[in-house]
Amino acid sequence: MGQVSPILEFKNVSKIYHGKQAAIQNINLTIDQGDFVCLIGTSGSGKTTTMRMINRMLEPTSGEIFFKGQNLKKYDPVKLRRKIGYVIQNIGLIPHMTIYENITLVPRLLKWPAEKKRQQAHELIKLVELPVEFLERYPGELSGGQQQRIGVIRALAAEQDLILMDEPFGALDPITRESLQDLVKQLQEKLGKTVIFVTHDMDEALKLATKIVVMDQGKIMQAASPTELLRHPANQFVKKIIGEERLLQAKADITTARQIMLPDPVAITLDQSLKQAVELMRKRRVDTLLVIDNRRHLRGYLDLADLDSKYNRAKSLADLISTDLFTVYTDTLIRNSVDRILKEDVKYVPVVDHQGKLQGIVTRSSLIDLVYDIIWGNKEEQVSDNKGGEQ
Amino acid sequence: MAKMNLWDQFWYYLSHNGSYVLAQFLRHFLISVYGVLFAAVIGIPIGILIARHRRLSGVVISFANVIQTIPSLALLSMIMLVLGLGVNTVITTVFLYSLLPIIKNTYAGMQGIDPTILDTGKGMGMTRFQILYLIELPLSLSVIMGGIRNALVIAIGITAIGSFVGAGGLGDIIIRGTNATNGGAIILAGALPTALMAIISDFMLGLLQKIITPKQGLN
Repeated sequence: MGQVSPILEFKNVSKIYHGKQAAIQNINLTIDQGDFVCLIGTSGSGKTTTMRMINRMLEPTSGEIFFKGQNLKKYDPVKLRRKIGYVIQNIGLIPHMTIYENITLVPRLLKWPAEKKRQQAHELIKLVELPVEFLERYPGELSGGQQQRIGVIRALAAEQDLILMDEPFGALDPITRESLQDLVKQLQEKLGKTVIFVTHDMDEALKLATKIVVMDQGKIMQAASPTELLRHPANQFVKKIIGEERLLQAKADITTARQIMLPDPVAITLDQSLKQAVELMRKRRVDTLLVIDNRRHLRGYLDLADLDSKYNRAKSLADLISTDLFTVYTDTLIRNSVDRILKEDVKYVPVVDHQGKLQGIVTRSSLIDLVYDIIWGNKEEQVSDNKGGEQ
Repeated sequence: MAKMNLWDQFWYYLSHNGSYVLAQFLRHFLISVYGVLFAAVIGIPIGILIARHRRLSGVVISFANVIQTIPSLALLSMIMLVLGLGVNTVITTVFLYSLLPIIKNTYAGMQGIDPTILDTGKGMGMTRFQILYLIELPLSLSVIMGGIRNALVIAIGITAIGSFVGAGGLGDIIIRGTNATNGGAIILAGALPTALMAIISDFMLGLLQKIITPKQGLN
């Protein structure tokens, strides 16, 4: 199986319910094997319609959908659906069938031998951490969360590669929902399934997805990884659906040192004299200097206190500089270093690229802006073009 | 004879004509069952059909309703004009009267199924036929059985009137009683078994309904 060929491909797909406005307008979407795709949007955005066209519960008005490289229209709908797992919000367990019969429903349609079905049911029920005795019970005897666990493994029972989930956890309480989200994510990663998950809950999408497809009025607004979505929301609608608060909170998660650093820090090259160093400090009114070599590689720093006490004995800058420097790379996420910068008593942190060249510094004040934004939600985005600060 | 009270007369009649009453009882029962059975064979598929195509349901159910409003004696006589005297006329009448409860209940039973269950069934790759016999029929079976029960009770009553067109059955005994002077005991010998038959068959079908309704656990 080539990883390169996508498992699912939408090409210029539109869906118009007769007499109404187009529910889906000219959608193009590629989904790779192993993706966890969340379709998100308000109600009426066409996310469920998009999903239901995949197992041919609905037929597109125009355009083509390819499943494993073959046009969907070439598949027999009944056989196609047996290859695609299907989980819906209201669980849809069949009430007069036992849990065992429910789980093995698609294998039964596919006429698996009894032994294989039994084995599969036992394996799956262990996978979702429910006791084997539950196999003999009826859906009505299980709690909502337990029922949806069964709903999930029923969609895996015939070893489907692709699983469709239509707001599967919408009706569950928050705690149950969270544990099911963890379960699904874990199963998806462990079994390498491709999941297409319809939701209107952004937190759920951000938690689960490897790719989020934001939809509005039948169009795809943006299809991107969660990080990409948070970092570069394509338009106002995407920003709105992500939510101002989440964007700001995410800022710390996705902001790199380069984005908040001050370029052109006060620095001195190794070959300059001590006198020049003192003059530079006086001129720029700073008490430390970063020391670099001719190719701007960071070598250390020069502290005023050291300079003062050791001035007489030192012959050159190299004798005085301290090298125990905490630095961050330009692409370091601020999230990973904000604590250290704030808690250790450093005024600033030099930012270097991967060749060790000095690029800028991150000061405590630039971090303060970021923290302020997260807490009070500053609407103007000024973090990236931060100016000022001490040195 | 005249000295015996009604009750004694009744027992006297039964003890002397036991096999005759039993034969009429069986005949009566079979006429009713045949009519209902035919109605079930035709009515259940019609019920399924109109559940699938809801636009038909209005027409079909009001047609069955119209049949139901015709007094049974009138319908019986009209059918007699076509089919003549005899048992076939009664079976046809019973068939027509049984259609409504069976069609209506089948339709209601199919309508009552949670559409999300049908959606998952389809979405998991069931054919239409599999959806019908794995989901729809089992889940609406008890409502359909309710319709059949209803139809059978009505049918037993109609069969009693059917004796007027020469079909036999317990109605024969009742008519004999009404024609005889002081025939009260004979009327009872026909009427009591008829009532008993209705009560017992309703009870038995109720039991059957319970047995064949698929279990769903606690709730």
